Amino acid sequence: MSKVKNKEPGKSLNTIVSDLTKPLKTHYGFTPWILFLTAIMLLGIGAYIIQLRDGLGVTAMRDYISWGLYISSFIFFIATALIGMLISAVLGLIGIKWITPIARIAEMIAVGFALWAGLVIIFDMGRPDRFWHLFVYGRVQSPIVWDVTVVITYVAISILLYLLPLIPDMPFLKKAMTDQAKWKQKMYHILSFGWVGSEGQYKLIKRLIRVLAVLIIPVALAIHTVTSWLFAMTLRVGWDSTIFGPYYVTGAFVTGGAAVVIAMFIFSTDFRLKNYITHFHFDKMGRLMVLLMLVYFYFNINEFLVPGYKMKLLEKPHLYGLFQGDFALMFWLVQIGGMIIPIILLLFKKMRKPLPSLIIAIAVLIGAFFKRYIITIPTLMHPHLPIQNVPAEFHTYWPTTFEWSITMMAIAGAVLVVTILAKLFPIMPIWEIAHEEGITNEEMNEFTGNN
Amino acid sequence: MKSKNIPKKNDNIKSTSRRDFLKKGLLAGAGTVIGGSIVGSFNAFAENGDTLKVLGPDGKIMAVDKSHLKEIGARTEEQMQQAGREGIPGRKWVKVIDLSKCQNARLCMAACQNSHQLKPEQHHVNVLRMDRTGDTAPFFMPKPCQHCDDPPCTKVCPVDATFKRQDGLVLIDNERCIGCRFCIAACPYSARIFNWTEPKDAEKYKDVEYNIELNVPQKKGTVSKCLFSADLLREEKMPYCVTACPNGVYWFGDENENAVTNGTTKETVNFKNLLKDNAAYVLMPELGVKPRVYYLPEQDRIFPFVYNGSTEIKKEQH
Repeated sequence: MSKVKNKEPGKSLNTIVSDLTKPLKTHYGFTPWILFLTAIMLLGIGAYIIQLRDGLGVTAMRDYISWGLYISSFIFFIATALIGMLISAVLGLIGIKWITPIARIAEMIAVGFALWAGLVIIFDMGRPDRFWHLFVYGRVQSPIVWDVTVVITYVAISILLYLLPLIPDMPFLKKAMTDQAKWKQKMYHILSFGWVGSEGQYKLIKRLIRVLAVLIIPVALAIHTVTSWLFAMTLRVGWDSTIFGPYYVTGAFVTGGAAVVIAMFIFSTDFRLKNYITHFHFDKMGRLMVLLMLVYFYFNINEFLVPGYKMKLLEKPHLYGLFQGDFALMFWLVQIGGMIIPIILLLFKKMRKPLPSLIIAIAVLIGAFFKRYIITIPTLMHPHLPIQNVPAEFHTYWPTTFEWSITMMAIAGAVLVVTILAKLFPIMPIWEIAHEEGITNEEMNEFTGNN
Repeated sequence: MKSKNIPKKNDNIKSTSRRDFLKKGLLAGAGTVIGGSIVGSFNAFAENGDTLKVLGPDGKIMAVDKSHLKEIGARTEEQMQQAGREGIPGRKWVKVIDLSKCQNARLCMAACQNSHQLKPEQHHVNVLRMDRTGDTAPFFMPKPCQHCDDPPCTKVCPVDATFKRQDGLVLIDNERCIGCRFCIAACPYSARIFNWTEPKDAEKYKDVEYNIELNVPQKKGTVSKCLFSADLLREEKMPYCVTACPNGVYWFGDENENAVTNGTTKETVNFKNLLKDNAAYVLMPELGVKPRVYYLPEQDRIFPFVYNGSTEIKKEQH
């Protein structure tokens, strides 16, 4: 097994600490990358300021197609964020060992994308200045109130699930980062929360992580199920579906899985951590992706074949639009290029190597983004009663530059959160990697000077 | 609706009965809007003296010093909001639309847009050209908000900005609306519109006090919709669209009284009989939202169908 090969070098604690903290110190590509993301965000901020001034009229949304790119991006963000729950909670709880070096990456993605999901939904509001109304006048029967509640809860638990496993790493950082800025050292000190590495503390933190991992599973399921209900709770053709909850959740795992594979590739090459994120891990993630995409494929068959077979009068224009009409190109590209071909390719071992995995994951992620577009917009183009006595632009929708800029800002923002976290803290838990290498707590304490 | 109170024409607003006088004195004093012409209708009775007669909350006529009126101005809007949310006690408004009469005159649309500060592409009531089957003559169908008894829009509103009143109306509070547009997605009749940009004549309406029963002034970033002209109903008048129709399409009334009055002919008939005799129906009853708008079938369709207009309008220049 490649797992044995992975363990062969037998890394010393010294190597682990220096390998994982080196990218935090010197990293030449970092500044241009931050500047690049900031530039995209500045553009988006400018676009948003104009949107605030002139109203949502700067978007292509109108009275009939009244939800657009923002809402579909929102689902995409929530979907991507869900991977944190799958990898660090579900797989962690059932004792899967190979996730150790990628669990924190998944959690970083969860934090970044869940945070920005909350902002993306605000970009879609006609009156963001009245956001507080949700807390003052909030009504329990509205799925939006459910959504706000679970998104906030998910962000909170995700942050905790990111921060808690960081605590035992702090003594290593304090020791390894002495040549770094004062504020960083101070931050590491504060975030160590008095960690001395005693048996009791290890026991406690493991238990806490376990509790949070259990807690996050229902919250994560709720967050995406409720998001699907924003659509499924309406009387619209194409949304009026009973399987929307599981359909969204399974689709979310595919999306987040692809995001993790991309992040794994970037971190393993750019942070020079190929000894930690190995071919073995890409192989495992590839297999996991096949499983996730097969489940998603199954839900897609249910979602489209069942109404497509019956072709109810009201659903006909909608389904024809997808299968052979205006949206056919996007629909089939997303379904075949973003799902069916990736499933087939990833069945081959060669395709589960890092570079092919990366390319496939990019295709899956782009497909996932436009899949949300396909779910949101075509339905609104086919209301029950005809669209009449309005300008021609009310009949169609393609996002404006403003919408693309603001959406790109959100994507850049989420990536920026991941980047900053990766720059401040090791992307893998030093202590857990050390445990896997057979290094004891005593040895770690000796290394950090805690006794 | 009591037929004796229904004015024959719009200019009957200036009727001189004592009761009407007092009522309008109250309304004017409260700084609300009379007869749909918003600007310039304030203080119509302000020069009557130092005191003003108003109807008290218990129905008694009371004299109020004019100086007091200013002081309670802020509270009055609040009270108007409250009354606007509760509705008119004892009423159950219904609308019946006779599809055999509609000739696409579109005066209902114009009257509605004029009174609700709407742009040409914004419709609270929209006359649709229905042509579904393809093998029968098309017909015209005015489509206002259906004021459902089980409204899917109010259910999804996260902040109670759109709500169902005791008199059957579904209204919207654009001072509370957060602009999420969930209600637009939820409405199966596409009855809701959104202020994507500054509303029409925003500058002109800037200082006008918000009337929840008229939804004026309209506000950028909020939803709007047909209100069955709740402001007129409070004055015992029929909605703007109903009285504007030249072809007798609209019947409007109170289900509790079992009577509806035609907006054109002013004829009042038995509501239940009108439905039964003409085989009335509601739109998409299978959705279970229980509309309060009834349609009389599109019988005697014009054939061959002549229609030179377009269902598409040119984009408004801003």
